[in-house]
Amino acid sequence: MSAEVGQFALILALLLALVQSVAPLLGAHRGDAALMALGRRATLLQAAFVILAFGCLAYAYVTCDFSVALVAQHSHTTQPLPYRFAATWGSHEGSMLLWVLILAIYGGGVAFFNGTLRETLRARVLGVQGVIATAFLGFLIFTSNPFLRLDPAPPDGMELNPLLQDPGLVFHPPLLYLGYVGFSIAFCFAVAALIEGRVDAAWARWVRPWVLAAWIPLTCGITLGSAWAYYELGWGGWWFWDPVENASLMPWLLGTALLHSALVLERRGALVSWTILLAILTFSLSLVGTFLVRSGILTSVHAFAVDPRRGVYILGIIGATTGLSLALYAWRAPALHAGALFQGISREGGIVLNNVLLAVLCATVFAGTFSPVFIEMANGDKISVGPPYYARVFAPIAIPLLALVVFGPMLNWKRDNLRAVLMRLRIPAAIAGVALLAALALGGVKGAVTAGGLAVAAWLLAGSAAILGRRWWAQRAYLGRAIRTTPRAIVGLTLAHAGLGLLTLGITGVTAWESDKVLSMHPGDTVAFAGRTLTLEALDNVQGPNYQARQARFRVEGQGAPYILESERRFYPTAQSQTTEAGIRVGPLGNLYVSVGEESPSGLVVRMWNHPLIIWIWLGGFTMALGGFVSLSDRRLRLGAAVKPAIKVQPVAAE
Amino acid sequence: MKRILFLAPIVGFVVLIGVFFAGLHRDPTLLPSMMIGKPVPQFDLPPVRPDGPGFATADLKGEPALVNFYASWCVACRVEHPMLMRLRAEGVPIHGVDWKENETGPGYQWLEMRGDPYIHVGDDRSGRTGIDMGVSAVPETFVVDKRGVVRYRHVGAITPEDWDRKIGPLMKKLQAES
Repeated sequence: MSAEVGQFALILALLLALVQSVAPLLGAHRGDAALMALGRRATLLQAAFVILAFGCLAYAYVTCDFSVALVAQHSHTTQPLPYRFAATWGSHEGSMLLWVLILAIYGGGVAFFNGTLRETLRARVLGVQGVIATAFLGFLIFTSNPFLRLDPAPPDGMELNPLLQDPGLVFHPPLLYLGYVGFSIAFCFAVAALIEGRVDAAWARWVRPWVLAAWIPLTCGITLGSAWAYYELGWGGWWFWDPVENASLMPWLLGTALLHSALVLERRGALVSWTILLAILTFSLSLVGTFLVRSGILTSVHAFAVDPRRGVYILGIIGATTGLSLALYAWRAPALHAGALFQGISREGGIVLNNVLLAVLCATVFAGTFSPVFIEMANGDKISVGPPYYARVFAPIAIPLLALVVFGPMLNWKRDNLRAVLMRLRIPAAIAGVALLAALALGGVKGAVTAGGLAVAAWLLAGSAAILGRRWWAQRAYLGRAIRTTPRAIVGLTLAHAGLGLLTLGITGVTAWESDKVLSMHPGDTVAFAGRTLTLEALDNVQGPNYQARQARFRVEGQGAPYILESERRFYPTAQSQTTEAGIRVGPLGNLYVSVGEESPSGLVVRMWNHPLIIWIWLGGFTMALGGFVSLSDRRLRLGAAVKPAIKVQPVAAE
Repeated sequence: MKRILFLAPIVGFVVLIGVFFAGLHRDPTLLPSMMIGKPVPQFDLPPVRPDGPGFATADLKGEPALVNFYASWCVACRVEHPMLMRLRAEGVPIHGVDWKENETGPGYQWLEMRGDPYIHVGDDRSGRTGIDMGVSAVPETFVVDKRGVVRYRHVGAITPEDWDRKIGPLMKKLQAES
């Protein structure tokens, strides 16, 4: 029964989305308040029906209703409850339903909040949002219906891919989608502004919380995805430049640029058309991310729905939304008022440089991801672009950007003096210099790159601390009050930039000092590795809820108290597949990572890695997201733009 | 002049979308190989396993078999590997070509770590054999009949579905051929 309810709810949602795309745009054009109000109601109701549809599918999964074809394909009675629930979005159709769900919730958010939003602007935002919702609901219903029945129903289902049965999967796709889809709101604001022909500081104020609300989960999602790949795929890497990873990185880079340029627009009324363009491109790249995974145009681990017909539909959606919005941009943007002027050395100048570097970074990732497609087009050859390309092209642009990050918050708006800025940064510079010299003294000239990385990390951390330090030092007479009254936006900024420092620390550490070893071991064998000794104590068979495992227990001594590390290979009989569950000892100074392979008469193949400082990569990512969160909680953002009260004209008594 | 600047994004985008559309219809997984219906090109590769046999064209005569191109640096191959182990356990003859490694060792370590599904496995360091066969990226698998003629090319990891729908039935048919 639930499948039919869900199906019906989706169809109603599609009809409501059609109303939502027509009524408010027409209402705003004619100045008809009733039509605009209809748009709002349609948006909220559409969100309610999509939530209902999603609930129906989740219910079918949780109750193992195998008469629903999708459930039979991706669930099994022995699968633990949380994974039966997470399987709701483990398939192509389910993940598209999740996409639409998040789109509907964001749309509902715009309809519900933003009390001070200009009514015509809100109506246009909702209208544009309705067009996107219509396109994706149509995609879902016509090409990827999640509610198809299976007759006769099988007694038990096939299993969800065991690689995906992990706490990481429960959170990773929803977070990424919250990010991707969240940028749709910035996109809608941009298109609505182009339709209205009006962009001002108030517009930037309204749009910035929405950009942040998308950026935070995207940051968390990318970080979590990297951590998941690290512990689940069993070969100890944390970033692979896989096309799908790149697809999430590109909107992140542009979204970060957008976050900063919207700040300039809000504070100084400058970078108007650039900010609009960024908003359009960020969401377009999110769509390209969806498209990449689904079209089969690039093969990768993640490509779980290779189907050219769906690709054509998605490409149509991208073509229509991005194409029309860019055409609108070419037509309307030149007429937007040019912003205030500023000098090169100023906060605005710093942010322009930040934007240029982020956009170039995004372009290099784009080129790396899509050049195989272009080269194949040109001469039929297929090539793969791997980590060496990114090491050569991405890193040389990313490193100056990291070094420049510290300058931004130290610059004054409008105009500044380079010498004065350098003076403000003398303490962080000294700390970074000491770090550089210490690392060079320990590692020699051969370790120059490592020393440079450590110095940049120290520079970022000290430079971020200096933001708060300078502020509090200036008000040291009232330190308590100074700390209490620090705006959360500033705390958020400090955290986000410091997170970048932690990330740099982790990347430098693991790149410079990683070591590994492969050998065959029998129970009782001992091996020395990276300052520790590992003893293979036992090799057992273990029965899990829906898998059998071959588990190796290691006793690790040295570097603190001895401990036991378990590493196993799991076999999932229903899915007929195997996963590696590495044994990982996590520590602030480094991880010990042990994965086991095949057994043979010469012993069990064991591969061990020492990953110094790697944990800081993810802690850095989460710190950045936390910074965004703290900033989002700032009162000034929540309250929205201050609207000048209209001057009330006292009715003059008739004489 | 300023107008042209604002037109640049849409022009760039139109070019891109055109290429993507063309790319969709040239989906590599749908493209038949140049090799289909032709005998496997001549090759004689050194062994990957220090104590094992190499892999040469002559090894492909007699029974239908899969020729799987893999590499230790390939991500999708890791996903595909358990499937190959399953097929091997079911008695499907599979030969391997370790494609474009930088050095000796990783290709063999791969087999040691994850299990060895191959009867013959050859080291194609230069990538020459792969190019002769029209390999575009690993993993890629060819179905070769008992006369040594390429009958099917599969691009990307073999999933249980691919096996049940396409490759498995084809292998059955080839085994029945006289």
